[in-house]
Amino acid sequence: MTDAMLLSVVVLAALIVLAMVRLFAGPTAPDRVVALDAVNTLTVAAMILLGVVYQQIIFIDVAIVYALLSFVGTLYIAKYLGGEI
Amino acid sequence: MTTILDTAIMICLAIGLIFNALGVIGILRFPDVYTRLHAETKTTTFGTIFIGLAVVIYGLAALLETGEGQYLTLSVHTIIAVVALAFTNATGAHAIARAAYRCGYKPKPAVVDRMAEANQ
Amino acid sequence: MIPFLLTAIFAFLLYLLLTAGSGNLGVWSPAELVMGAFLALIVAAIARTFLCRNHTYRMANPLRWLVLAVYAVVPFFLEMAKANLDVAYRVITGRIRPGIVRIEPGLKTDLGVLLLANSITLTPGTLTVGVDEETNDLFVHMIHVKPGAEKKPTLDATEITAWFDFPAWIRRIAE
Repeated sequence: MTDAMLLSVVVLAALIVLAMVRLFAGPTAPDRVVALDAVNTLTVAAMILLGVVYQQIIFIDVAIVYALLSFVGTLYIAKYLGGEI
Repeated sequence: MTTILDTAIMICLAIGLIFNALGVIGILRFPDVYTRLHAETKTTTFGTIFIGLAVVIYGLAALLETGEGQYLTLSVHTIIAVVALAFTNATGAHAIARAAYRCGYKPKPAVVDRMAEANQ
Repeated sequence: MIPFLLTAIFAFLLYLLLTAGSGNLGVWSPAELVMGAFLALIVAAIARTFLCRNHTYRMANPLRWLVLAVYAVVPFFLEMAKANLDVAYRVITGRIRPGIVRIEPGLKTDLGVLLLANSITLTPGTLTVGVDEETNDLFVHMIHVKPGAEKKPTLDATEITAWFDFPAWIRRIAE
């Protein structure tokens, strides 16, 4: 079962690279933020799966903190783009 | 019993990966920032919920089999991570959409825009 | 005093949730229970003004949390699955007809508007862009506006969901 999860992590990594294309190409700044948000979500999914593969529960705690911190980052960039800071 | 659970985990993983892939394709394919946000928020959140579900099924099955407390911790923490992700993704998408609107990117192929009318 | 106690209980429950499976007293170890109570009191002393800011204690009722859990698992999840299939179809075929419409949910509390905005961001092909602060109307970007819907000045919230009435559920939770 952990083999399938490791394979899923590889697929998720490939998807992150694809989302990076939009992060670099995206014509406007909000486009880049959208791509960054997608990268964050996929990273959280990959962290959860890696926690099972390596039997380390601490990885999932890291995923929780990463999700909350990436939310703060997204919110901050959005406030900046909206001209409220 | 284990084969049924393994199949369930496999199906959840497959659904999760398919929806995540569709989200990324949507980001690359849609024409403007709002439609990209649609693809990103909905499909990647849904896909990640299913990946979390696979891990929860795995943790609960291992808990019933071995009775060790660490598998309960695994399941509960995964549920917390997924709930936090779903809630913050929705709010973050709202923030990005509002910021994009405020800095003047109008929805390009739109048929109707009530917000512009209300702001005048 | 009441905000202090509510914040302490909330923090303690969250701590219990995070440390489930650590020992053999129930599923918690005694050290975690003592530490959790201690930390909950400290957090409550610092953060007592943030929770229950308007001195409304509606969400202290556990029944409302139960309704919230049922809402998240049944109507919300089903609508979300349908919305995802819809977006998947539009990603593959590229058939979109976007537009921003105005929705009149008729909710009064801030928490209700927040829950509805988040729900309709994750569900039926819609994305909240803005809130009219005076009337609590939502401006919603739809990925596929139904032909004819763009002529009406405001839409009802039940017109954009498929099977369930979200504002009625949220009124049960937050008002």
